[in-house]
Amino acid sequence: MTSANPSLVAPSPAGSAGPAFAEIRQETLALTRRLFVQLARRPSTLVAGVLQPLIWLVLFGALFANAPTGLLPDGMSYGRFLGAGVIVFTAFSGALNAGLPVMFDREFGFLNRLLVAPLRSRSSIVLASVLYITSISLIQSLAILLTAALLGYGWPGGAGLLLTLVTLLLLTFAVTALSLGLAFALPGHIELIAVIFVANLPLLFASTALAPISFMPPWLGWLAALNPLTFAIEPIRAAYAGPFRLTDVVLNAPYGSLTAAACLGILAALALGLFLAIRPLLDRKLS
Amino acid sequence: MIDLQHVSKRYGGGRKATPVLALDDLCLSVPAGTLYGLLGPNGAGKTTALRILCTLLAPDAGTVRLGGMDALADPRAARRLLGYVAQEVAIDKILTGRELLRLQGDLYHLRPADRQGRIGELIELLSMHDWIDRRCGTYSGGMRRRLDLAAGLLHRPRLLVLDEPTVGLDLESRAAIWTVLRQLRDQGTTVLLSSHYLEEVDALADRLAILEGGRVIAEGTPAELKAALGGDRVTLRVREFSDAQEAGRVRELVLACDGVRQVVVNRAQGYSLNLVVDNEAVVERLRGQLAQAQLPVFALAQSRPSLDDVYLQATGRTLMDAELAVAGQRDAKAERKQAMR
Repeated sequence: MTSANPSLVAPSPAGSAGPAFAEIRQETLALTRRLFVQLARRPSTLVAGVLQPLIWLVLFGALFANAPTGLLPDGMSYGRFLGAGVIVFTAFSGALNAGLPVMFDREFGFLNRLLVAPLRSRSSIVLASVLYITSISLIQSLAILLTAALLGYGWPGGAGLLLTLVTLLLLTFAVTALSLGLAFALPGHIELIAVIFVANLPLLFASTALAPISFMPPWLGWLAALNPLTFAIEPIRAAYAGPFRLTDVVLNAPYGSLTAAACLGILAALALGLFLAIRPLLDRKLS
Repeated sequence: MIDLQHVSKRYGGGRKATPVLALDDLCLSVPAGTLYGLLGPNGAGKTTALRILCTLLAPDAGTVRLGGMDALADPRAARRLLGYVAQEVAIDKILTGRELLRLQGDLYHLRPADRQGRIGELIELLSMHDWIDRRCGTYSGGMRRRLDLAAGLLHRPRLLVLDEPTVGLDLESRAAIWTVLRQLRDQGTTVLLSSHYLEEVDALADRLAILEGGRVIAEGTPAELKAALGGDRVTLRVREFSDAQEAGRVRELVLACDGVRQVVVNRAQGYSLNLVVDNEAVVERLRGQLAQAQLPVFALAQSRPSLDDVYLQATGRTLMDAELAVAGQRDAKAERKQAMR
């Protein structure tokens, strides 16, 4: 252990400033890799994240299989109706958990290790979480898409698949921003888990994931028509229903009709707004 | 290499907590290439000082210069310069030691080829071959600390800062870390470590500062500080357990003896007497006086002044008493909050 070691100290400091982009890429990829190694060695969250929506899909699909035809718009089967809701809910709850690893890093002091390092940009820490959660959400969503297809609930075409992915990305960004903000604002993981727990199911039930607005009492209809999940669900549902255009009306809300493009616009604005909203918080905590 | 001037830091002051002045106009200057010790009881402000130095914490007032640079103005340059080994070892239990070092290398932007070689060197230096590819969650305290030291050294920092690096470690790990720290110093790295072990700082440090209440109360080489106190220390017990009355009587007698500067009755040690005397000759004179007064001598031990005596002289209490005094006051929850971002 104590053998002479001439190269313990080098004359030139290693890691002299390289190009900024290369450094940001190096640190972001390293942090993302860490999250994936954790996932590979502890896959239970991924497995649970895929299993839970599958169970929703099978159980709810069966529960309402005999719903009277004509209950749903255009005589859609309940399974086909439900698919879009479950896909969106999967991406949503996955992204809602995005803050947990960050919270644990705060609590265990690992974040301090990152903050002592000469990171080119501390946004790398946030960026790594976004990359990780987005990939996980997409993997989970694809699993649901495939299962829904196997259950005979249909498959969106090429354009529909593209629309689905774009919608999911926007929703994931928005919710990830929210969750990361919470991870820095709340005092500990107990509080974060409590917020996730309280937000999760009510947002599901107060959306059009399980039933159309026409089926709801007016007050719930209003809530559902304001719920961000609804803006993600309806375009995907339209993609499932068959050929569509972005200018098609996909949501008949109490306050008016929204096209697919409008829904996407709202989601994009939400994602952007949330990222801007948490910026000051992240700056304060990470500087 | 390190120059802190008039640094103050106050914690808390929210709705519930009364603010705590952790650093009070702290000035500290560490020459390049020294192994420097920061000694003080828990709660003296050691960790706060190190966290400010490592850019983890912004001071309320004062300047921080590292290697001639203003660390507050250019924290990234400061971070590239220094390696930090925190008190609470922050490792990812799921990763292996090697993976953690790789991650660390990427955070410091080492080139991949350089990184691999460097990791190999450190595995060798800190004898980590046997377990470096096991998950960190399975490591003992000594292994974790060695891994953390390796992570701190990965980018060949010119300044290594360690917060209580050997607290709670087995002797073997402790010795191993001491050896590496000495070796680093010999090769030109400036090493700053905090400790509340007197022996550690005495044995290891070229220079030291004693911290108390967030300020430096004594600074110098261990030899200088002890020599400045002057005199020898003598512990006298006439019986294994005396009582207050007898101790008082002996105290009068001893005080009358030529060359005795100071006598303290140590109640906690069974009314033994702690003396400061001019030199060795005084001890012999004391023996004579005691024999004349027909008092027995159960123990009469003489020693050179230690760092504990330096501390005692500066604060009026021993380091251990200071530790005990704060032991009950520490608020683990509040401290974790301070460390959390």
